[in-house]
Amino acid sequence: MVSARAPGTERVWRVLERIPDPEILAITITELGIVRDVRLDDGVPEVSITPTYCGCPALDLIEEDVVAALKAAGFDEVRVSRVLSPAWTTDWIGPEAKERLREFGIAPPGRSTPGIDAQRLHLHARSVPCPRCGSARTERISEFGSTACKAHYRCLACLEPFDYFKPL
Amino acid sequence: MQLRKAKFEYLLRMGDNALILGQRLAEWLGHGPQLEEDIASANVSLDLLGQARLWLTHAGKVEGRGRDEDALAFRRDQHELRNCTMVELPNGMRSERDYAFTIVRRMLFDAYQRVLLAQLARSADAEIAAIAVKSGKENDYHWRHSSDWTIRFGDGTEESHRRAQAALDELWRYSAELFVCDPIDRAAAEARLAPAAESLREAWRAEVEPVIAQATLTRPADAKFLSSGKRGAHSEHLGTMLAEMQFLQRAYPNARW
Repeated sequence: MVSARAPGTERVWRVLERIPDPEILAITITELGIVRDVRLDDGVPEVSITPTYCGCPALDLIEEDVVAALKAAGFDEVRVSRVLSPAWTTDWIGPEAKERLREFGIAPPGRSTPGIDAQRLHLHARSVPCPRCGSARTERISEFGSTACKAHYRCLACLEPFDYFKPL
Repeated sequence: MQLRKAKFEYLLRMGDNALILGQRLAEWLGHGPQLEEDIASANVSLDLLGQARLWLTHAGKVEGRGRDEDALAFRRDQHELRNCTMVELPNGMRSERDYAFTIVRRMLFDAYQRVLLAQLARSADAEIAAIAVKSGKENDYHWRHSSDWTIRFGDGTEESHRRAQAALDELWRYSAELFVCDPIDRAAAEARLAPAAESLREAWRAEVEPVIAQATLTRPADAKFLSSGKRGAHSEHLGTMLAEMQFLQRAYPNARW
């Protein structure tokens, strides 16, 4: 998960912990695990963020949100940097946030197996329980959905379509 | 060859492959054979564009002449692009758009990325390794999608089988270029930045051949033909694509959203 929080940065973290992800409002950017580090350089917060997917268009917006929220909290200057390594994984999303995703109607990600190739699932999706009725009788409509991080599923019991947060 | 030059060129190849294939896939937007596949092509395109940004940004830093990702993507001419020829071919060779052709091309390329990125994850250059790990995770999903659909088309109807086989027959000869080791590949390999290009061929075949077999397709014979996009000698198709892709930055230099 995120490395230990540097002393003195609690106030910055408290601000960041209230910023929702711009595309999935049910969880915050810290719960998503994309805030990798916070440091204070002579009182100026330096926030490191990592992209979920390389082409995720939300990252620019998140950067703006971080700057705006910290300025509103009284920091005159804010620096945001981007890090790529270690690569983001859905395993950094904690159990409470996963539950909130489910309540929001998005099936939370299963465990990310290093190299999904290990399970050659040609034409067969892994079983993803419906976030609404809980049925295990669901089917994958498409590996790709409304955002880079989601796949599109359908429940065969309650017939509702739903998003699945893909393990990465 | 000077190492910095080789590294720059190698990074351009990585970035341009992702950029040009991403642009080709974006051409499907609004034209997909079904809504889900329209969205899939757009998603893969977006991933590739994001990867291209990372590779080209790194290339610009290595070059050290102040060129950023936009300068490299939008203000280089055709002969300066370093993508392999396979990714610049149109989305269909006999019609404007052929989804079987688009899928089979991606299957061949995604498998190549799969074996290449796994090796680049151990690059002596930390930034190359970081981009490779990140891109590799996304590529797993691309590969699963393109190999799934290759099987579905090949082992599908008479029409889908015919078109998938025609696509494979057309595309196979362009794969040879991926495994040709030229001075740039050699210099990158010697500096432990990247694997030797020819060393990937067997691993790549081990990925694509089972898919081709399961798809009930016939693997074409290897040809003497060798494309040369990665050296900057491209097919006639790249120029027209660049004319559209680069138009805005050429007409309004440094325009921003």
